[in-house]
Amino acid sequence: MSPEKKEFDWFDRPESRKLLWRLLIGASVVSVLLELTLVFGHGRHDYFGIDGMFGFYALLGFVACTLMILAAKLCGFVLKKPEDFYGDSKEETLPEDIDDALR
Amino acid sequence: MMPFADFPPALILILGALLVPVFKGTARSIYVIALPGFALLYILQLEIGNSWHLKLFSFVQEPLEFLRVDKLSKAFGIIFALNATIAFIFAFYVKKCTQHVAALIYIGGALGTVFAGDLLSLYVFWELMAVSSTFVILARNTEKARGAALRYVLVHLFGGLLLLAGIVITIAHQGGSIAFNGFDFATQQHTGTWLILLGILVNAGAPPLSAWLPDSYPEASVTGGLILSAYTTKTAVYTLLRGYPGWEPLIWIGCIMSVYGIIYALLENDMRRILAYSIINQVGFMVCAAGIGTHEAISGATAHAFCHIIYKSLLWMSAGAVLYRVGKSKCTDLGGLYKTMPLTLIFGIIGALAISAVPGTSGFTSKTIILQAAEHQKLFWPWMILEAASAGVFLHAGIKFPYFVFFNKDRGLRPKEAPRSMLLAMVVLSFLCIFLGVYPQPLYDILPYPVDYQAYTWPHFVTQMQLLILSALVFFLFLPMLKRTATISIDFDWFYRKGSPLFYRATDKALNGFNAFAGKFFIGKVVKGASNFFESGASRIACHIMTPIWAMQGHSSEQIEDERQVLFKRAKRGAFPIGVTAFFAVIILGILSAIFLVKR
Repeated sequence: MSPEKKEFDWFDRPESRKLLWRLLIGASVVSVLLELTLVFGHGRHDYFGIDGMFGFYALLGFVACTLMILAAKLCGFVLKKPEDFYGDSKEETLPEDIDDALR
Repeated sequence: MMPFADFPPALILILGALLVPVFKGTARSIYVIALPGFALLYILQLEIGNSWHLKLFSFVQEPLEFLRVDKLSKAFGIIFALNATIAFIFAFYVKKCTQHVAALIYIGGALGTVFAGDLLSLYVFWELMAVSSTFVILARNTEKARGAALRYVLVHLFGGLLLLAGIVITIAHQGGSIAFNGFDFATQQHTGTWLILLGILVNAGAPPLSAWLPDSYPEASVTGGLILSAYTTKTAVYTLLRGYPGWEPLIWIGCIMSVYGIIYALLENDMRRILAYSIINQVGFMVCAAGIGTHEAISGATAHAFCHIIYKSLLWMSAGAVLYRVGKSKCTDLGGLYKTMPLTLIFGIIGALAISAVPGTSGFTSKTIILQAAEHQKLFWPWMILEAASAGVFLHAGIKFPYFVFFNKDRGLRPKEAPRSMLLAMVVLSFLCIFLGVYPQPLYDILPYPVDYQAYTWPHFVTQMQLLILSALVFFLFLPMLKRTATISIDFDWFYRKGSPLFYRATDKALNGFNAFAGKFFIGKVVKGASNFFESGASRIACHIMTPIWAMQGHSSEQIEDERQVLFKRAKRGAFPIGVTAFFAVIILGILSAIFLVKR
């Protein structure tokens, strides 16, 4: 055992990741359910009709993000290039604005 | 009133920058913090309606107006000076003076632009910004930075020329007046105003004129990128709000910018390039607001610009602190930094939450005003795109940036926590992000038009949380698809980075090929042929005439060959016996006489 105090690695543990996943799914469900308070309360104002639909914003977030990730993925096939695509020379030394401790 | 109460604040920074080399070491670091700090105090006490004129050119009727204080210019002036002060606290570690001088002049140029009261002074400060910011990029002193700075300045000189051409034409349209107020979309559309608009859009980073931004900012130094991120695009936003409110095409340009920034930020591997694309995304909201043009939209864009500068600086600072300590900026090289840089992580997350407009942060109280302005104008599709883009912001800046830098895979990096000056700067900005998110009234008070906006209503809270949490869910569901690769993405700069060498090679092949062909043909063939013809053509003709005559006389082919050679040599030298010459002379004389007689 090393004499140093144990490193904080909570986020690397599989059980923490599982917990975070559950929290995220739970939060998604709760955020949609919270809208019930609006349905049974005084409702919410809509400007275009469709945005008054139940769970509209949850759906919008989900669909928009999925589409954007897919679009980025598709664009990536055409746009992604190796790092030396423009023939930039590789930097031999660290630039001056980096911590001296790294030198 | 103080004697200098209407002195242009730009000159405080520009003249003050010249004194930077006088100071050494810590005194210099303190001086560069104090200078924008003083400018901030000075701007805060400026009264609305102040102005400062300079009669410079006799050919212009009006004097130049270097200071025009109204609510719009004052709000931008305050945030510019405030951000500069905090950025220089962050930059306490910078020892070299070139970057400080360039940065101070650059920020001075930005202040000059927003306080400029007429088209000519606007142009002067605009170009000052372009030139000085190039030196900010160059100050990193690497091969890549030099290349990026060269491309940067070329694009901005092009933009500056568009602006200048537009200004000249517009002044002519205004009957010689250099006044710069709002151009009316219905009545003032002409080549001049459109060219000015194009010049502004170059600086705003609107595609396809946007590639300079993610190309150059990430090549600047840790502090250079931080300072650059705030000013060029936001002076462009200011100029649009001032000059182009209600210009409808801006609505769509803004929508395109906001989506384009997200797609590219999702593709990017370099953390500072992710933040650079995120600037384009955010400025898209403001450009769209300028296009909407109502009082609510203009105030919303100003509030958004104000808060955006704060949280975007905070994000650049946390990325800068990582780069400073680790020396790397690619997501494929980073990860697991939460273990040793927890404070940098926390401040970075506050910036990330603010840019995503999470309730309780400044994004929630500012950006959403623009969305409401779109709702009030019944602009369904722009509103829809901006809402979708709001969700996308959370994807690329809110989660992707902190996740890949601080969590993801542990790559064995154990850097120290950021230096204290950097942490102090991040504390101040984090405080502002939350303060303006909880209590936005001081910000609303300085906006150009009064806003009656309640961010914190229960429906607004619920819908915003739905939008964001579901975006987060999508991010983690699609995480395998978002795995970083060690690649770059080609942007519109392809056209000048690959296109210009291609163009060069193509013109080289085409024009030099034609040149070589022409050389071969004319010098090798035509000239030689002509020379041959003039040298021996007549002799050859004589041989050709004589050969059938000799043949008729019954000479053998060997004899003909011999006679041909003799005739050829004689004809070439002109050495015929006198009798033959005289014989031909008589024949020609006969022909001429015959022609003469027939003509009679």
